Amino acid sequence: MSLGNLDTLYRQVIMDHYKNPRNRGELEGDILKVDMNNPTCGDRIQLQMRVEDDQIAEAKFNGEGCSISLSSASMMTQTVKGMKTEDALRMSSLFSDMMLGKEIDAAGMDLGDIEALQGVAKFPARIKCATLAWKAMEQGLAEEEEA
Amino acid sequence: MLTAAEIRREFPILDQEVNGHPLVYLDSAATSQKPAQVIEAVNDYYRRYNSNVHRGVHTLGSLATDGYEGAREKVRRFIHASSMEEIVFLRGTTTAINLVASSYGRDNVGEGDEIVITPMEHHSNIIPWQQLAKAKGAVLKYIPLQEDGSISMEDVRSTITNKTKIVAVMHVSNVLGTVNPVKEITETAHAHGAAMLVDGAQSVPHMKVDVQDIGADFYAFSGHKMCGPTGIGVLYGKKKLLKNMEPVEFGGEMIDFVDWYDATWKELPWKFEGGTPVIAGAIGLGAAIDFLEGIGLDAIEAHEEKLAAYALDQMRQMDGVTVYGPEKRAGIVTFNADDVHPHDLATVLDAEGVAVRAGHHCAQPLMKWLDVTATARASFYLYNTEEDVDTFVSSLRTAKEYFGDVFG
Repeated sequence: MSLGNLDTLYRQVIMDHYKNPRNRGELEGDILKVDMNNPTCGDRIQLQMRVEDDQIAEAKFNGEGCSISLSSASMMTQTVKGMKTEDALRMSSLFSDMMLGKEIDAAGMDLGDIEALQGVAKFPARIKCATLAWKAMEQGLAEEEEA
Repeated sequence: MLTAAEIRREFPILDQEVNGHPLVYLDSAATSQKPAQVIEAVNDYYRRYNSNVHRGVHTLGSLATDGYEGAREKVRRFIHASSMEEIVFLRGTTTAINLVASSYGRDNVGEGDEIVITPMEHHSNIIPWQQLAKAKGAVLKYIPLQEDGSISMEDVRSTITNKTKIVAVMHVSNVLGTVNPVKEITETAHAHGAAMLVDGAQSVPHMKVDVQDIGADFYAFSGHKMCGPTGIGVLYGKKKLLKNMEPVEFGGEMIDFVDWYDATWKELPWKFEGGTPVIAGAIGLGAAIDFLEGIGLDAIEAHEEKLAAYALDQMRQMDGVTVYGPEKRAGIVTFNADDVHPHDLATVLDAEGVAVRAGHHCAQPLMKWLDVTATARASFYLYNTEEDVDTFVSSLRTAKEYFGDVFG
């Protein structure tokens, strides 16, 4: 029996983020909060960010979901923390392209652990799991922009 | 009776490989597969006599009308309704319950009145009542569940009061597999002057249903879960109630006379069927009923109970697997594996060709009651075999081992 294909989805680094999520918890003070859920499966996250001078100074999340959605949230917060908001949005669009299986040009961007999520593109039913946290980040920054 | 393996061969879709493995389809509670004779009936309608109904003059028109109304008669017989006037063709269970809430509910529920449901209901039998309660200032009440996910008649009797105007309960739970005592609940509802609606989406496909014996005022179900096409469903309603109900959709097909400022409605059941109906769907549903009757509903029910018991037996021997629902159940097994999210579980099973459902199953209040965010569900139908269960169980074992390793 071959589960080889599954190993492209469930990479070790993903399972590590799932088991030991980075930046899980609550931020204090004047922060942005975004609740987002995936109504078809019940996954939900709350993303909290502190944005100062067009920069994501802090990012944390709480929530419940599968290994893909939670590891993606963990990696996303790890990646965007300290980033300029425009870079975070560019990263998010790169990530969307990656999920669609497109060739991506990551010049000047460090994908880091995120690269491990590349395999999700081959499992269309799971793409929404991976993009949940990123959508929350985008929505948060859009709300910040409007405010 | 035919063996499950023989029945399986009647379903063209089941004869395929998914991800390199023979398909094991265990998601019939979401939607059932269709036998060749249903696909053929729909095909035949479109190829040979597609035409609008109730316009009588030309030949194809009367063939289509005969097919559509013939299907209504098959439905009537299938659920033992006393008259075809009591069989309304709609899009599905959701539309049927919404019709009752927006028509009967609107006219019969007032401020301070009660609507009684249960925590195990599908969203389609919760939200229409929430909306009605909000619009009318009525109170939505829940009959509490027993620890195993069943309902006790004692709780039914203490929840329904003289203020209760509508009681709405599912016949079989799409998550727990619980078979609810709808006949007894109907008696209690009627003793308090309340109308009773039964959501039959998970019962009509799998067991003999006699609406007159149950006594409910309304009984709703969907064609696609009983080997029929999507887009066709049925509302059964007692004639004396349907008669006094206002339609909720207005337009063609449902009118008697139309003047500049006023109109009158057709008689039952057509006054509720505004617009060109789902003709092909109804004809397909009729063919599905022929198919199910040919096999026998008692045999189907017994077969599914046997498969569920067989699956439960093996799952209970596995460490770290939790099964939800009562001992006595329909062919539905909802479960979770420790440390593996049901979504991840379903992906691994899919890689093995096994289709199960993962998520909240359109029953978020029930997930809350179970204190889980999501579950996985295997549901069985007449075409599933013991080998399907074996494959499912061994894939479940593989999935547990797989995640045991990657978590290692």
